[in-house]
Amino acid sequence: MSFWRDPIIFIIEWAKGLLAGIGWGPGWATIVGFVIGAFVLAAGAMFFVVFLIWYERKLIGRLQDRFGPNRLGPWGLFQPIADMLKIFTKELITPSGVDWIAYNLAPVLSVAAVLMMWAVTPFSKTFFGVNISVGILFLIAVGGLGEVGIILAGWGSNNKYALVGALRAVAQLCSYEVPFVISALVPVMLTGSMSLVDIVEAQNPWYILVAPAAALVFFIASVAETGRAPFDLAEAESEIVAGYNVEYSGLKFGMFFVGEFLHAFTASFIFVTVFLGGWRGPGADQIPVLGLVYFMIKTFIVYFALILFRGTNPRFRIDQMMDLNWKVLTPLSLVVIMVIALVDRLFASSADWLRTVILLAANLAILVVAERLIRRGVKTTRPEVGSRERPVASPDNLFIQPGSGAKG
Amino acid sequence: MLNDWLYVGVFALVSMFLPAAAISIAALLSPKKPNSIKNATYECGMEPVGPAWAQMKVQYYVFTLIFLVFDVEAVLLFPWAVAYKQLPLYAVVEAILFILILLGGLLYAWRKGALEWL
Repeated sequence: MSFWRDPIIFIIEWAKGLLAGIGWGPGWATIVGFVIGAFVLAAGAMFFVVFLIWYERKLIGRLQDRFGPNRLGPWGLFQPIADMLKIFTKELITPSGVDWIAYNLAPVLSVAAVLMMWAVTPFSKTFFGVNISVGILFLIAVGGLGEVGIILAGWGSNNKYALVGALRAVAQLCSYEVPFVISALVPVMLTGSMSLVDIVEAQNPWYILVAPAAALVFFIASVAETGRAPFDLAEAESEIVAGYNVEYSGLKFGMFFVGEFLHAFTASFIFVTVFLGGWRGPGADQIPVLGLVYFMIKTFIVYFALILFRGTNPRFRIDQMMDLNWKVLTPLSLVVIMVIALVDRLFASSADWLRTVILLAANLAILVVAERLIRRGVKTTRPEVGSRERPVASPDNLFIQPGSGAKG
Repeated sequence: MLNDWLYVGVFALVSMFLPAAAISIAALLSPKKPNSIKNATYECGMEPVGPAWAQMKVQYYVFTLIFLVFDVEAVLLFPWAVAYKQLPLYAVVEAILFILILLGGLLYAWRKGALEWL
């Protein structure tokens, strides 16, 4: 295997050879290899967050017509590093009356839950942590661990705002897990396996072209699972201060943010893996490193969409958030799975392209019908605003303060 | 097969260890000057009133119950989805009937007003 085709596997094989050369038994070599591999992958993910924070702050800044970080280093690239150094030296205030174990376990769990998703995702044809046969179920289960982290934080802090925030977060995450799980059934059904490696290899064409309705539900549900705007009720500043992390300070507070940023990125690469073909692309089968490039390009496109989603939508009210889940997404995902199961079975003997086109048409029909039904269901009367003439401030010279006495 | 799960276990331990290690380093580096006012529970600058672990809306409980129904359903549907390619039409229709019953349950909860946030 040449270095340029697949540098990551090349290095791994070389390291394995090195370990075997020391003269350990194969059992020990495997375990040490696992530990080193896990360390490299998890630490890589943690350091990647530094870049993600810069990327997201810069994009949000541009969306809001600001510059974003632009002082430290080229394009403000070193800003998150400076923030990280600062947060390491901040005092860790532990308020009186906290539940010590729950309070300290929460930030660790909320990062660990996201990091563990990196263990099973295939980044390219040859580069993945592990290929377990229940990959997608593992992702859902580990996602649930993050909810445990949030409720521990809210309960352990001995604070009313934190408790309200945690309860809201758990209500939201539990609710959105239902359409998430049900729409994740569609790729499993089309593939016949729960392993993420198999799901990626079976995507010909990508599942978003076969089942766009399921992909839409999956995307909205995974945005809600990350708990960001417009679904950030758990940390609504204007209502409950900062939600479940009010009482945290220093790096414990920072860990929640690391978890959140990493979760957003992880959610977008899970969407890419399950519906956008993962590492698949022209030439990725022969040259695996090209697959990693495709994977990253797709992931950053989805991540960009997620940030656009965050930057342009106002926060939901809690009843709107629950209505969207239980009255729109859950029935929609149930209908989608029934229709796909039936249509796919009825046309099982016809050609692949014909079946794909029929599934696509069925999905689009479901989406159109759902859109019509939602429009009938929502109240459309809105109070009239903005009819009155308002004075508009338009200074002649922007650089002179009014009342300063200076002449323009 | 067992090796795969060993890797998952190792990865779980490592992913717990890394944030814990970072927090421990920060605890060593950071200043420690606690006082009773700084350590008081935050309540918008007021003295905290009553216990923090107070009663909460029962609504959260209702939603969790509905969630539980659908989560148990997922346990049944995942094996069905894996076996879907080999199933006869009869088994597919069977699963669709099962989902329809669940949909009926959701509609019942909806009509009963369990899905309204009061």
